[in-house]
Amino acid sequence: MSTVTDAPGAPADTAPGPAARPPRRRGRLTPYWLLLPGILWLLVFFALPLVYQASTSVQTGSLEEGFEVTWHFATYWEALTDYWPQFLRSVLYAGSATVLCLLLGYPLAYLIAFRAGRWRNVVLVLVIAPFFTSFLIRTLAWKTILADSGPLVELLNTLHILDVTSWLGMTDGERVLATPLAVICGLTYNFLPFMILPLYTSLERIDGRLHEASGDLYARPFTTFRKVTLPLSMPGVVSGTLLTFIPASGDYVNADLLGSTDTRMIGNVIQTQFLRVLDYPTAAALSFIVMAAILVIVTLYIRKSGTEDLV
Amino acid sequence: MAVLRWIRRNLVVIAGLLTLGYLLLPNVVVTVFSFNKPKGRFNYEWQNFSTDAWRDPCGVADLCGSLSLSLRIAAFATIGATVLGVMIAFALVRYRFRARGAVSSLIFLPMAMPEVVMAASLLTLFLNMGAELGFWTVLIAHIMFCLSFVVTAVKARVMSMDPRLEQAAQDLYAGPVQTFLRVTLPIAAPGIAAGALLAFALSFDDFIITNFNAGSTVTFPMFVWGSAQRGTPVQINVIGTAMFLIAVLFVLISMVIGNRRRKRHA
Repeated sequence: MSTVTDAPGAPADTAPGPAARPPRRRGRLTPYWLLLPGILWLLVFFALPLVYQASTSVQTGSLEEGFEVTWHFATYWEALTDYWPQFLRSVLYAGSATVLCLLLGYPLAYLIAFRAGRWRNVVLVLVIAPFFTSFLIRTLAWKTILADSGPLVELLNTLHILDVTSWLGMTDGERVLATPLAVICGLTYNFLPFMILPLYTSLERIDGRLHEASGDLYARPFTTFRKVTLPLSMPGVVSGTLLTFIPASGDYVNADLLGSTDTRMIGNVIQTQFLRVLDYPTAAALSFIVMAAILVIVTLYIRKSGTEDLV
Repeated sequence: MAVLRWIRRNLVVIAGLLTLGYLLLPNVVVTVFSFNKPKGRFNYEWQNFSTDAWRDPCGVADLCGSLSLSLRIAAFATIGATVLGVMIAFALVRYRFRARGAVSSLIFLPMAMPEVVMAASLLTLFLNMGAELGFWTVLIAHIMFCLSFVVTAVKARVMSMDPRLEQAAQDLYAGPVQTFLRVTLPIAAPGIAAGALLAFALSFDDFIITNFNAGSTVTFPMFVWGSAQRGTPVQINVIGTAMFLIAVLFVLISMVIGNRRRKRHA
């Protein structure tokens, strides 16, 4: 994973040998002193908890009698067999939201990078500003927007779009609220800025003259996009999809506020097991499975897309 | 036909603006409904225009208490994460040392993990240690997950810095402390500011990790969450609107300052 953060092109990396760097008098220990407090914090409050969670997941017992490590690995199997629909749903919802974010976010990122002109900063502010307002309040606003007799749902009904989505299993009858569509809509909305910003960063780096050159060589605009712009923006696409998919798959806020009991995602299960049922071993096993699944998916994806220059 | 051609030529712009509308629609709804006078407990349906909530934003029990708690936690978390993050960022960019790869991975992992996993594992740690859940556990958690984002933001800035500027300062007989304060820090400042701002926003808005580790302490996002079940007061929309306006204003001001500085240097 180290190659992920060691982005190439850093001045320190390209410096021609140690002679180019300033001599350090207190030299060798300085980096360790600088790292010590922060790394200690991460080790104690990020890594150590994962160890505790691993141990919790193989415990048995109850809250009254206390838990004991019994290496009861069956909890993992039981968690998987009990909650596979929620796992599947999480991947499905987060995946759909990621695809939608890409489809919706790309034109906006492109607009900011190449077409906005002097409006660029204004549009950027409008994309970033919602970051600073409570996402819970904004998610609740979707309850109003998607309300059963609201103008949007009525429009969708008149256009018979809801018939199509019902047929796809995304909605149920004439309503949107409390259906998978509402949850996916909320997820897409909440994680859209995480897609737009990396896309914008990688699009902005593209030299506009490449577009002109492509046009001079008689490429139609769409060909230019497919052969020049899209390939060059791949790093943004990869990091954008990851930044959207990972948090979306663990989210339980959207499924809770906009969905119903039929749209519960794995995050909802973990939350309920941990905070209401107080079945810590099952909850720990579930979150370990989520973590493992995400690590596998992310590693495969990074391999496949061939970009390791992420952060 | 001319219309069709215009649409085709500006397809990207139209699609982009539609996305922007999708992004801002909830903000518009929040703003409009901050002027609502709802019947009953829930503020989801438009009834009557009223400025009551704006005149009395703290009129709901516990709302402003939770707001000030969130602001305090965000301020402390920002300071903590920024100090620790800047140190790590400088160590990573400026020094070669063993375990550099391992440190980079440790920084990257919290950003690549679903929040609910971190939240749950941190709770098992606190439960095992017998720690009392509340202000301190929330603060610890927030510093933890903000740290990586600060490191990334500061690292990007420090990496693009020309090391020869510091060498020049040292050639001119500036000591290490003087070099750091007069040359390095001012150049890294925008990156540090970006990291700190991000940390503040992340901490202030965090719900999932806080929900697990706050015990009976109620931050602002937790208040909103609770009110979604009990009935949302209009005041929540007032605060949502105010936060949006403050954020826009803040970013605009910083842009104006940045532009002016750039012009002066050009």
